Amino acid sequence: MTNRDLVVVGGGPAGMAAAVTAAENGVKDILLIERDQYLGGLLNQCVHTGFGIEYFKEVLTGPEYADRFIKKVKSIPDIKVSLRSFVVRLEGDKTLTYLKPGGLHTVRPKALIMATGCREKTREMIHIPGMRPSGVFPAGLAQKLINIEGLLPGENVVIIGSGDIGLIMARRLTLEGASVKAIIEIQPQTRGLVRNIVQCVEDFDIPVYFNHKVLKIHGKDRVEKVSVARVDGQMKEMDGTRFDIECDTVLVSVGLIPENELIEMAGVAIDKKTNSPVSEEVNATSIPGIFVCGNSFKVYDLVDSVTRDSELAGRAAAEYIRNAR
Amino acid sequence: MKIYDVAIIGGGVIGTSIARELSRYRLRIGLFEKEEELAFGVSKSNSGIIHPGTQNPDGLIKSRLCVQGNRLTKALAGELSIDLKEVGELVVAFNEEEGSRLIEIKKLGEALKVPGLKIVDKAWLKVHEPNLSDKAIAALYAPTAAIISPYRWVYDFSENAARNGAEIFTGTKVESILPTPPGFEVGTSKGVFRARYVINASGLYADEVSKLVGVNSFSIRPRKGEEFLLDKKEEHLTNHLLFPLPSKNSKGILVTRTSDGNPMIGPTAVDADDKEDLSTTQEGLEKVLEGARRLIPSINENDIIAYFAGLRPVAGDDFIIRHEAEVPGFINVAGIQSPGLTAAPAIALMVCGILKDHGLRLRKKLFFHKHRKKEIHLFAIPLEKTKSLIKKDPGYSDIVCRCEMVSAKEVREAIARGARTMDGIKFRTRAQAGRCHGGFCTTRIMKILSEETGMPLVKVTKRGKNSEIVKKDRSSDE
Amino acid sequence: MIKKMTCIECPKGCTLAVDIENCKVTKVEGAKCPKGTGYAITEVENPERILTATVLASGLSLKLVPVRTDKPIPKKDIKRAVLEIRNMRVAKPLKSGDVIADNFLGLGVKLIATREVS
Repeated sequence: MTNRDLVVVGGGPAGMAAAVTAAENGVKDILLIERDQYLGGLLNQCVHTGFGIEYFKEVLTGPEYADRFIKKVKSIPDIKVSLRSFVVRLEGDKTLTYLKPGGLHTVRPKALIMATGCREKTREMIHIPGMRPSGVFPAGLAQKLINIEGLLPGENVVIIGSGDIGLIMARRLTLEGASVKAIIEIQPQTRGLVRNIVQCVEDFDIPVYFNHKVLKIHGKDRVEKVSVARVDGQMKEMDGTRFDIECDTVLVSVGLIPENELIEMAGVAIDKKTNSPVSEEVNATSIPGIFVCGNSFKVYDLVDSVTRDSELAGRAAAEYIRNAR
Repeated sequence: MKIYDVAIIGGGVIGTSIARELSRYRLRIGLFEKEEELAFGVSKSNSGIIHPGTQNPDGLIKSRLCVQGNRLTKALAGELSIDLKEVGELVVAFNEEEGSRLIEIKKLGEALKVPGLKIVDKAWLKVHEPNLSDKAIAALYAPTAAIISPYRWVYDFSENAARNGAEIFTGTKVESILPTPPGFEVGTSKGVFRARYVINASGLYADEVSKLVGVNSFSIRPRKGEEFLLDKKEEHLTNHLLFPLPSKNSKGILVTRTSDGNPMIGPTAVDADDKEDLSTTQEGLEKVLEGARRLIPSINENDIIAYFAGLRPVAGDDFIIRHEAEVPGFINVAGIQSPGLTAAPAIALMVCGILKDHGLRLRKKLFFHKHRKKEIHLFAIPLEKTKSLIKKDPGYSDIVCRCEMVSAKEVREAIARGARTMDGIKFRTRAQAGRCHGGFCTTRIMKILSEETGMPLVKVTKRGKNSEIVKKDRSSDE
Repeated sequence: MIKKMTCIECPKGCTLAVDIENCKVTKVEGAKCPKGTGYAITEVENPERILTATVLASGLSLKLVPVRTDKPIPKKDIKRAVLEIRNMRVAKPLKSGDVIADNFLGLGVKLIATREVS
C-alpha cells in the first residue's frame, strides 16, 4: 500500500487536464491511472475535427487535442502515469485498489479526482421490440471498430438518434463506403451541433426523420430492416405512418451515462436519475477530498468544456491537499 | 462410419444432462446439436429457477420429476461446481379466494413430498419481503426454490460428460434417421453415423425429429415468454422468488433474480406459431410491468436494462418421455417446458431406466470423473485471492470486460472450454453482459477469439453463421 | 434564388439568407460579422471541407493512423481523396503533425498524421 498526494482515475482529456492543473498548483506527488494502453481516452477514436475551437482557438481533431495534453503530462515529472491499470475497488477513505499487468496494487491518496467519463445508452436500455440480431451497435462502438480496428460494422445503416455521435458516424460510415439510409430522431429537432448537421448530413444527402421512432428491429441472425413511424406529442405512434427501411446495421446514439459506479461503491451520494454525484460545489462530492470532473461529473457537448471543468477540479484538489497539511 | 451405443439429439439442458448421466457407464455416446454452440436453443432463454415442485398438477410425470430433480440438482451442483443459490420462493395471495387456493397448493405440494412448505402471514411478509405490495395478505413459502445459470448448467454437464468420454458435436444438424434394426443410421449435416439407441431431446424441433422415424403422435407448439432484467444495483429488491397464483397456462408474471444477481420480471406466456420468433414486444413489456408491479409496486420501466424472449416447447400438459414401441430403440424426450430445467437430472435417470428396460446394458465405468473443476471468475472471489491468482498467471490482471471484471485469461479459458462465438463467451464469462452491453469490451473479445481460434475478425459471429459482427476488415482488403 | 443556410464559423450560428444568381452570390443577409459573409460565398461558390480519415499502418504500434488535410479541400474532391487514402499505407513511425503526403492529390494541401505512432 502506498500513500500519495493525489490520484487521478482516467487518462482521457478530463484526467489529463486535472492532473496537469493540480501539478501547476503545487501538488507534487500525482498518480494518473488509465486502463487502456495509451492516454487520450475517447479522443483517440474521434478522428474528426471540432475540438479545441474554444480552448486553443484552433480547429483540431480528437487525437491532436489529446496530444497537446499528453505532451504536457509527459513533461511534468510529478505526474506518474500507470497504463493498463484498472481500478477494481474504491473505499470511502479513498483507498484505491487497482490491477496492473502482473499485480494488484493499493494506494491511499490525500485527494482523489475521478475522471472516468461515460458509457453509452444501449438498445437494451430503451426497449426496442424485436429480436437480438447481430448488427446493432452503440454508435461509439461502431466508431471504435472503424477508427481503431479498421473494421466496417455494416453496409446499409440506420442511425437512431441525431445527437453529435450519431451525426459524426453518419459521415464516417459514408466515407468508409457504407450507405446510411436514414437517421431517426424522436424529437422535433436535432440534439447535435449545427456544424454537424451541415457537414455530416446535408453534405451526404442523408435523410433525417424528425418526430419518428423505431418500432421494431427485424432480423434473427443479422439485422434485416427496421420499422419506423411518426410520433405525436406524447411520443406515441401515429396511425398509418409506419414504414420499413431495409438495412443490415443499426447504430444507437441515444445518450450517455456518467460512469460513477466506483464512487458509488465508496459511498458517495449519487443522483439516481443522472448517475452523477450529488454535489454542493462544482466537482466536489459528498465525501470531502473526492472530486469528479469531465463527463463523469456532467455530460458536456465539447471537450473544451471538459478541460475547463477538469482544471477547476485540479485546482480544488490542490487546495484541499494544501489545507489538509 | 462411427457407431455409438446412444446418440442424443439436442444439446440443451436435457440432452447434456442425459449425456452426463450416461457417461457413468461403459458406452459410446454421441451428442448432436444443430446450433453453433450448446444451449443456444431453448435452454439459453430459461429463467434459471429450480422449482420446489408446487404448482404442478397431481398425477403428471413432470410433477414427480420436478421434486426429484430439485434434490438431485442440489447434489449435482456441488459435483459440477456451479453456483446454486437456495433463495426460497413465495406464492403470494392478494385476497381471500387466493388465500384458500394457497392452502390447496400446499396440500398438493405435501402430497408430492415438497419439503418445508408453510403459509406465512402479512407480518412475516413485512419483515422478510419489505418491498412486497402491502395488498398481499399471505403467501406460501417454499424454501427449496433455488436459482442457477441455465446455460452454464448446460456447459457444466457437457464438459463433465466429455471428460468422461462422451463425444459432443455442435453445428451438426440431424437430417435423417433410418431404422436399420438393431439401431439406426443417422444422417447429419456433417456426415453419417450409426447408433443403437437414439434419444430425441431436440426441444422446439422434437416433433420434426420424431417425424423422421415416422412417429407423429405429438406436435410442439412454441409458447413465447418475454423477460426483462433490472440493474444489478436493485439486487436486494426481493429476498425470495416471488410468484402470483398460477393460471392454467403459466406460473404468471414473476419477480425473480438471475443467478448473476439481476432482478428479472416476467415471463409472459403467449402461444406462437413461429419456432424462430424470439422478438420482444411492446405488449409483452406492458404486461410484464403490470404483473411485476402487482408484486413490487416500486418497479418502473426505467429500471430495465435488458430483455429477451424464449420459446417453451409445449406438447400438451405433461412431458413426453417414452420409448416408441413401433420404432425400437427410439426414445422421445419432448415437450419439456417448465419445470424442465429442475427436472433435468431426474429425466436423465428416467431415460437411463428406459434404456435399461429396452436392452441396453449399463455397466459402470471403473473411473468416472464425478467432479468438474470450477472455472475462476475474478468478480466472484475476494481480492486477496485475486492477488495470488495474478502472481500465478498475469493473464488474470488483464481486464477485458470492465463492467463485470472479466480478465483476458478467463476469456481464453472459455474458448478452451468450447466457446466459439461472442454469445458463447458472454454466457460462460459474463463479459458483454454488464452495464455497457459490450460497448467497451467487444473489440478486445473479438481479437482474443480471433487469436485463439485463428478465425479472421470478419468471421467472428454473435451466435453462429450469418450473425457475423462486422462486414469488412480494411487490413484484409487488397 | 434565395438559399437559407446556417453559418458554422462560430457557435453563434447566424441564419443567413443568400441571394444566388448564375451560381454566384449576389447578396448575403443575416451575418453578424464578416466571417459569415465569407462563409456564405465560399459555401455556395467553392464549398470546401477538412477531410479526416485513417490510414492503414504496417509494422507499427497502431493498426490505423488517424490523418487529416491541414487545410480544407474542395467538397467535390472528397470522394477521390477518400479512395486515395484507402490505398495508402504507412510504415514508418510518425509524430502528431508529421506530413504523410505533400501536395495531396495536387490540391496544395498536406495530409498529416494526427496521432503519434511508433
